[in-house]
Amino acid sequence: MNQAAPAPKENMGNPVPRIDARLKVTGQAGYPADLATANVAYGVLATSTIAKGSISALRLERARAVPGVLDIVSVGDMDEVDKPEFGNTGASSIAPLHDKTIFHDGQIIALVVAETFEAAAEAAMLIRADYAQETPSASFDSRGTRIEPAAGKSPMYKENLKAGDFDAAYAAAAVKIDQKYSTPTQHHNPIELFSTTAWWQGDQLTVHEPSQNVTGWKTELARQLKIDPANVRIVSPYIGGAFGSKGPMTARTAIVAVAARRVGRPVRCVVSRLQAYDTQTYRAETRHRIRIGANRDGRITAFGHEGWEVTSRLDPYVVGGTSATSRMYNYGSVLTRVSLVHADRNTPGYMRSPPETPYVYALENAMDEMAVELGMDPVEFRRINEPEKEPIGGKPFSSRSLIKCYDQAAEAFGWSKREAAVGSMRDGDWLVGMGCATAIYPTAAAPCAARVRLTDDGHVRVQSGSHEIGTGVRTVAGQMAAERLGVDIDKVSVEMGDSTLPPAPVSGGSISTASVCSAVLKACDAIREKLFAAAVGEGGPLAGSGKAKLEMEKEAVVTDSGKSARLSDVFNAMQIGALEEYAEFAPKGSSPEALKKLYAGQAEFHGGDQDEDSVKYAYGAELVEVRINSYTREIRVPRIVGAFAAGRIMNTRTARSQLMGGMIWGIGQALHEATEIDQRHARYVNRDLQDYLVPVNADIKQLEVILVPEVDHAVNPAGVKGLGELGNVGTAAAVASAVYHATGRRIRDLPIRIEDLIV
Amino acid sequence: MRPFAYERPTNVSAAVAAASHFTDARVPPTQANAQFIAGGTNMADYMKLGVAQPERLLDLNGLAEPALRQIRISDDTIRFGALVRMGEAADRAEIKRRCPLLAESLKLAASGQIRNMASLAGNVLQRTRCEYFRETSWPCNKREPGSGCAALEGLNRQHAVLGTSDTCIATYHGDFAQALIALDAVIEAEGRKGLRRIPFAKLHHLPGDTPNIETDLAADEVIVAIDVPIRAWSHRSRFLKIRDRESYAFALASAAVALDMDGDKVRQARIALGGVATVPWRARAAEEALHGKVLDRDAAEAAAEIAFAEAKPREHNAFKVPLGKRTLVRALLETRDMKVPS
Ligand SMILES: Cc1cc2nc3c(=O)[nH]c(=O)nc-3n(C[C@H](O)[C@H](O)[C@H](O)COP(=O)(O)OP(=O)(O)OC[C@H]3O[C@@H](n4cnc5c(N)ncnc54)[C@H](O)[C@@H]3O)c2cc1C
Ligand code: SF4
Repeated sequence: MNQAAPAPKENMGNPVPRIDARLKVTGQAGYPADLATANVAYGVLATSTIAKGSISALRLERARAVPGVLDIVSVGDMDEVDKPEFGNTGASSIAPLHDKTIFHDGQIIALVVAETFEAAAEAAMLIRADYAQETPSASFDSRGTRIEPAAGKSPMYKENLKAGDFDAAYAAAAVKIDQKYSTPTQHHNPIELFSTTAWWQGDQLTVHEPSQNVTGWKTELARQLKIDPANVRIVSPYIGGAFGSKGPMTARTAIVAVAARRVGRPVRCVVSRLQAYDTQTYRAETRHRIRIGANRDGRITAFGHEGWEVTSRLDPYVVGGTSATSRMYNYGSVLTRVSLVHADRNTPGYMRSPPETPYVYALENAMDEMAVELGMDPVEFRRINEPEKEPIGGKPFSSRSLIKCYDQAAEAFGWSKREAAVGSMRDGDWLVGMGCATAIYPTAAAPCAARVRLTDDGHVRVQSGSHEIGTGVRTVAGQMAAERLGVDIDKVSVEMGDSTLPPAPVSGGSISTASVCSAVLKACDAIREKLFAAAVGEGGPLAGSGKAKLEMEKEAVVTDSGKSARLSDVFNAMQIGALEEYAEFAPKGSSPEALKKLYAGQAEFHGGDQDEDSVKYAYGAELVEVRINSYTREIRVPRIVGAFAAGRIMNTRTARSQLMGGMIWGIGQALHEATEIDQRHARYVNRDLQDYLVPVNADIKQLEVILVPEVDHAVNPAGVKGLGELGNVGTAAAVASAVYHATGRRIRDLPIRIEDLIV
Repeated sequence: MRPFAYERPTNVSAAVAAASHFTDARVPPTQANAQFIAGGTNMADYMKLGVAQPERLLDLNGLAEPALRQIRISDDTIRFGALVRMGEAADRAEIKRRCPLLAESLKLAASGQIRNMASLAGNVLQRTRCEYFRETSWPCNKREPGSGCAALEGLNRQHAVLGTSDTCIATYHGDFAQALIALDAVIEAEGRKGLRRIPFAKLHHLPGDTPNIETDLAADEVIVAIDVPIRAWSHRSRFLKIRDRESYAFALASAAVALDMDGDKVRQARIALGGVATVPWRARAAEEALHGKVLDRDAAEAAAEIAFAEAKPREHNAFKVPLGKRTLVRALLETRDMKVPS
């Protein structure tokens, strides 16, 4: 065991190495744009350079004249197909080539297809558009935005949650704060660029594209192209980072499919880093007002959280993280309100813990301020306000180990050595600060199908149309099958990322491990049942052991009294060569149509705040130490400890890896990440990884992940709480808390930069 | 990316001849039809972005002269061949010992991969990273003379506060050049009219009304060497770089400092400032203010005030004035406190 492969504790699986690790590090994993495609032509996008107005003329002559150019798909060429829609599978209803209207900067105005990438790129640069330009609204403070209440605008945000009489409780509170916080626009920037490769064989369309939702895309693409979904196949075997960006399908996919039909050969379009900022989704910019009232003993009596979020002109994308913040502590009374601000921007979308990251940042920064106001240790302040039941519906928690997380994190971190007074800790020229924050993420699951096949030589094949976005779901699904069927993980192969496989839900909301493992578990159990029956049945190798407790181990069926029968003997008794089971899993509370909807690519989520019996969340506690140069004021984070409890941990290696990545990202959100907008033109300015900063190796010194044992049978059959999105929630607030502790400066607008501390 | 011709001359005079043939002396070198390429980490990037659109690339990596790839260290000079890679120069033990500032300015730049590709001459000539310059859809006087400057009233957090003009406020981002200008380096360049030596301080031009004219070099002049004199201040020298993250980021502010001390008094000081100016920036008035003085915090702060007396901050870069001053103060005091073999 080493740091990367923590020894499993109670209710934790082995740190099995990723089954595709070798393929990935040797460059043999086929990402969608790498898959061999014969006779491929290359597509390059041309995008608008204004954010608002319309195209008065598109001049394509110089582009067409470039040798090797085969075709240009531009405005008007998509009239035969239907427009994209905004929703779970569609990123935006902005339909670029259907319409001369420009809704945002960087909107697609043409796709050039050529024999070579170079020719297509050159031609795309030569396309000129004349615009009838209008003054765009860039963001919150711009003129011309449209503001509307978010409630009811999204199925995920039905109403503003409330409890008790906030106004009265806040007015009466002995200690209170009323503060504003903000988070910037952020882009996912997955290292694997976005791409679409499409081709037609007769009326059959195949698309290679990194996707977190192959089944959903199949249905949505078929709708746009007005063809039978059975004729569409989406292939996405490996994904080089997604973080939500590859969840909803964008307008480009249908455009490339149309181009492929026009040129009669495969077309591959890889989107440049720069163009991805505008043609894909991003994390919406948010603003918050938080009011907290408490008694002098530290007990909160009133919590108010109001949020404002920027979205595009057309689409009501709602971040709406008040569901988690309003259920975090024992508040007494709660008021929430979320508003959308429509501006001339592309439509935002899901980005790792979409609602929680910005909203919990605001809450936790405010909690730290309140602790200061009360003269209380910030960890102690959370402890005092630990709830028995969630404040909105009064439901119990299916399990909640937050205080255990704080205890274990504090122990490992040495929190007791923190001196309470601001600015009191120092190491030479460096100011030292220590801060904390809570991480929370809803535990959900969705219907999922899987097929498992076992042969008598002990080989297992698992198939499910889920997506390996780097989380390790392929490995844990294989691990689940290996454990249940008693074979070595080396004998398990796992197929994912293809819409011809049994459907799985969108890989979002940290539901994959729970949903896929529950389906795999069900299929494996069906196989076990058949094998057990045959083994102990008449003429079976274990005939007469009918009352024994049976297990599968080492490619054999074994009894509790030590008898065993090799798989091949059981198979012989059954006179079969392979055993295959197809299973459908639906979480408790699923609607009667839930499984039918799965096949149409619609995931019905259950869990989180949705269930009647209890609310389901995973929790964590993050403690950080920052160092700030007393003179030049650069900020560094030498140490961070996070303790997390998330039900059954399938694999301690992949779990730690997810949480570690999340915490590092959280540090980036605290100190680096922001997409800068030129407010005059509503255009992104830092559209590359040179100017869009994220932490590098040298920024991360000591990082510790503690997996806190937790058992929760209520969440799903696998007992798993998703943790892919847990690690980066709260981190930025913990850093802000530490910066305050070191300097006495409360920074409320992310990211926290040197200029905030120097002037 | 535009199609271009690629040529690999085999010696310096052939490179000069090819460049002379394909360029026009009336066109500013940054816009010349033929461009040299060494490591390509700057040129290839800007070609992909459409910022540079040369019709012909002259690859200097085929030049046969061995001196272009050598570092020669004598008692009083370090001589770098133009094609020496940043990584090699940064790691040379004797340079670290005799003139730490040189090695540090290279080591703290870019990333390991880039340092292994990038040449010293290319590094010195790297062009600005101004976001509006890098993207061709914005007005930019440096890229398209007369089109305007999007940064003046736009996002200008990374832009310069010293040496700016009404037409351009782009920062010169290189680190090595700060060491070179502080240490009185000399560039050796070969052109149509033969070899000439250019004091490093004369190499870069202030933007003024012509931000597209960046250096003193003609389009057909090839840098062959960089000479750095070793003097009394070389041992006691260092480079302090303040940036948003711990590695792989350009300076928000940097200071290159070399000191010749007489006890606790300054005999000679050499100061250059990076991340804050439009060109490599020698702070001569600040140096003079220190001469003969006891170098304590007050003296350092007084020098820093002088260095930034003319600073012209804009909306998002005002922090560079206090940051630049403090960076210089810290660098001066840390350089003073260096343990140096006598
Ligand atoms: C992500 C990133 C981060 C970076 N961070 C830093 C940093 O922190 N600090 C820093 O200082 N730099 C940094 N750099 C810049 C990097 O150091 C330069 O790109 C590099 O030094 C250029 O050298 P090159 O040999 O690759 O030049 P090229 O790209 O080959 O050429 C650059 C210019 O020099 C000209 N040229 C090259 N050699 C000669 C010659 N012998 N004679 C005449 N003209 C010549 C070329 O025509 C061209 O105009 C960074 C670059 C990147 C991409
Ligand atoms: S600062 Fe200079 S380089 Fe930047 S946009 Fe203005 S003119 Fe161009």
